[in-house]
Amino acid sequence: MPKKTSKKEDKRQIIEKPEKSEKTKVIKSVKTTKKISKKIIKSKEKIPVKKDDKKIEKIDLIQNKENLKISEEINKILNDNFLPASIIDAITERVIKDKTLEPKLNQIITKSLEEYKKNLIDPSEACGIIGAQSIGEPGTQMTMRTFHYAGVAEINVTLGLPRLIEIVDARSIPSTPMMNIYLRDEYRLSPDLAKEVANKIEITKLNDVADIEADLTNLVIYVNPNAKTLEKKGTTTDELLESIKKIKKIDAKLEKNKIKITLDDPSYKKLLDVNETLKDLKVKGIDGIKRIIIRKEPSEGYVIYSEGSNLEKVLEIEGVDPYRTTTNDIQAVGRVLGIEAARNIIIQEAYNTLREQGLNVDKRHIMLVADVMTADGSIKAIGRHGVSGEKSSVLSRAAFEITVNHLLQASRRGEIDELGGVAENIIVGQPVNLGTGAVELVMKRITKKV
Amino acid sequence: MATEKKQNFDIMNHELVPFHTILSDHEKGELLKKYHVETNNLPKILDNDPVSVFIGAKPGQIVKIVRKSNTAKEAISYRLVIESE
Repeated sequence: MPKKTSKKEDKRQIIEKPEKSEKTKVIKSVKTTKKISKKIIKSKEKIPVKKDDKKIEKIDLIQNKENLKISEEINKILNDNFLPASIIDAITERVIKDKTLEPKLNQIITKSLEEYKKNLIDPSEACGIIGAQSIGEPGTQMTMRTFHYAGVAEINVTLGLPRLIEIVDARSIPSTPMMNIYLRDEYRLSPDLAKEVANKIEITKLNDVADIEADLTNLVIYVNPNAKTLEKKGTTTDELLESIKKIKKIDAKLEKNKIKITLDDPSYKKLLDVNETLKDLKVKGIDGIKRIIIRKEPSEGYVIYSEGSNLEKVLEIEGVDPYRTTTNDIQAVGRVLGIEAARNIIIQEAYNTLREQGLNVDKRHIMLVADVMTADGSIKAIGRHGVSGEKSSVLSRAAFEITVNHLLQASRRGEIDELGGVAENIIVGQPVNLGTGAVELVMKRITKKV
Repeated sequence: MATEKKQNFDIMNHELVPFHTILSDHEKGELLKKYHVETNNLPKILDNDPVSVFIGAKPGQIVKIVRKSNTAKEAISYRLVIESE
């Protein structure tokens, strides 16, 4: 039912997605598919009905009981040893499928513990260097072609190496800010309600909905609203009038269908000034959101994609699902949702950027980068202005960039270098405090008995 | 312009925000003993971080974070609350 109407109504705003593109979508954007998979309940066109949820819940309950029993048993065997939850889950799943495994549980656990310990990174291993190389090497393969269309066809997003640099530099504003705005249940099913929300979000300037004519002889300005666009944007002439009245030192009146604007003390120059401010006057919407695209996603309903980002304000709009809506502006996420959310978005963005280019970097390396960036409570860049520039060791900082300045400043301040890191120890010619260099051996002499 | 109704929401329920709790003094002592660390060695969280404000964490306390992880399903991490400048 929404298909036919929306197609005719507004081609620019609502784009029906053909079924074919589903495959390419899956490869292209991991983020969206992940989100969808949470909500998918095996129906393509229809969006989950509550009845289905109940059935699944019942099955879940029965499974949960069995799961609990087995995972309890596993925990008993584990005693104080640690295994990640994902491994325990995998084992319980297998044991539930194949009951004959149950008596062997003890053996399975001891073996997996053994394997798990084997796979842990060794103490004193240089995980940072491994991470840097693991991201850096495939990074050389990245295309310099920066402008691609990610996920959403019409929105231009910086991708590839420039985007990765942007993430790692912790820029305050990304070069192409973008938001994925999900809607609440009632809104995501209806195209009209989705459009209503979109109109509240997208910035509408007076120039978009009305013609502004300056009458230079009488020193008045006429604002001539366009009825069609007004309806499309969901505003009225009264609302226009109200926002015009907020401008200082003018008077606005409604005359027939036009708005007549007179100046308090008329002059040619002021008229032109007012004319300019009128053109740029915000009538509706949120600052920073330049353009909006509504799409119908299978098994999700209508989703709004926006060019430009303003997380604080968008989350407050009624109808927006504040728990799933995200932006690619890392600093904004840190500001609104906290440092842990920022860590998550760094991982997600960096991983997706690499994935987009067909590079398979293990998530753990990126997690390490994100951990370092967020370690001191604020989002810090990697590089001169961030992590590398704030190292405690003078020699290490001097070895990185602007050598003379760092040495000079350090001597003025009387800094002491503890020679704890890698660069310092290489400079002075000592074994580095890493790997085999981190352990000291003491030989036990056997004295011969005479 | 008509004033829009603002919707209230709880940032802790956002997909990107993992579960945070404040450790009690007893738990704090046990944690430091278990990992042989001092509070300063832990990663930090600012006291004006939206999450710290929400859960009422004060400088000096330790926040336990249960992250959803792709590799381990669940990963536990700790952050020391510090004063923001």
